[in-house]
Amino acid sequence: MSCERMESQILAYMDGRLSESERALVQKHLDGCAVCRVRATEFSSVSDLLDELPMIEPSPAFDVRVRARIAAEPVKPSWWALLWATLRPSPRIAFAASMLLLATVLVIYRTDNIVPPIPPDQADTAMMQDLSVMEDHDTLSNFEPLKELPPPVDTNSADDDQQDM
Amino acid sequence: MTRSDVQLMLDVKAGDERSFGLLLQRYRTPLVNFLYRMVRSREQAEDLAQEVFIRVYRAREEYVPSAKFTTWLFRIATNLALNSIRDHRHEKLEISMDAPVTADAEEGDEKPFEVADKHPTIEQELVEEDRKKMIRRAIEKLPEKQRAAVLLHKYQELDYAEIAKILSCSESALKSLLFRAYEALRVELAPLVARHGTK
Repeated sequence: MSCERMESQILAYMDGRLSESERALVQKHLDGCAVCRVRATEFSSVSDLLDELPMIEPSPAFDVRVRARIAAEPVKPSWWALLWATLRPSPRIAFAASMLLLATVLVIYRTDNIVPPIPPDQADTAMMQDLSVMEDHDTLSNFEPLKELPPPVDTNSADDDQQDM
Repeated sequence: MTRSDVQLMLDVKAGDERSFGLLLQRYRTPLVNFLYRMVRSREQAEDLAQEVFIRVYRAREEYVPSAKFTTWLFRIATNLALNSIRDHRHEKLEISMDAPVTADAEEGDEKPFEVADKHPTIEQELVEEDRKKMIRRAIEKLPEKQRAAVLLHKYQELDYAEIAKILSCSESALKSLLFRAYEALRVELAPLVARHGTK
């Protein structure tokens, strides 16, 4: 094993995290390399020095503060609550929807009651069909002998007169 | 029987608030210590540790035990610490330039010296205090990622694969990072190392 390879093995060796075979290889290198042997010893000293630092305890208020922050966390709504919140219309939307519905009903109602205008060509055709009747009416209304006749008798009023008598 | 971290977290996910309390109890001290050694301010460390727990709590419903709980926990803590160091770097520079020479960020956290009649005890205490300061400063001088690697390796005793995941690097990169960190500490603590070697 080279000194370079030792760089990745030396701490694992100290931590006892090497396999038996790897450990044997490192040990063999250390036996023959004074530089790496000194380094290993000094790394071990550094590790012991780091152990000398005392642990600090969190302040007594630590837990209280964490719990207070958790209590202040907004409660997550369930999926059905989210769905309802999405689907439930707001008053404004409900009003707008009602107005739209009303407008639609009015439009449909008015459309049904409007007689569609007859296109000009269809109007001409209808007039042509009624032409003979119109002609007869014109002829009769302008027929002179008929004008001289007395006005027609109202049969209903004649009957009434008879009953009075 | 002690429930595992993963089991506790799954119970929290199921709505058991007491399990969260147990996780809080189990990890508050290691987390505060890790963060304290990262950011060098007790107040800041406690704020960050609180934030870690809040984030864990918020993520409870999405929690999937795909990795060790500690990997997840310390990953959150490390990211928060690195961000905090970055955000406060400018601020710290200003403070250190204005601060008196004797000021030490840790002095407020140390137990006050008891005035004793026996001079050797005071001297011993002072020597001991200097020694601890030197060790703290040596850790503080490490680049942030090396510092996090050393703290997770030394004090949390996490395995290499876990630390590599926390620091988002390969295992070989982590070993190299740790090697460089221990080399730097060896140089920085040379006087203490020499004395330690002669013991």
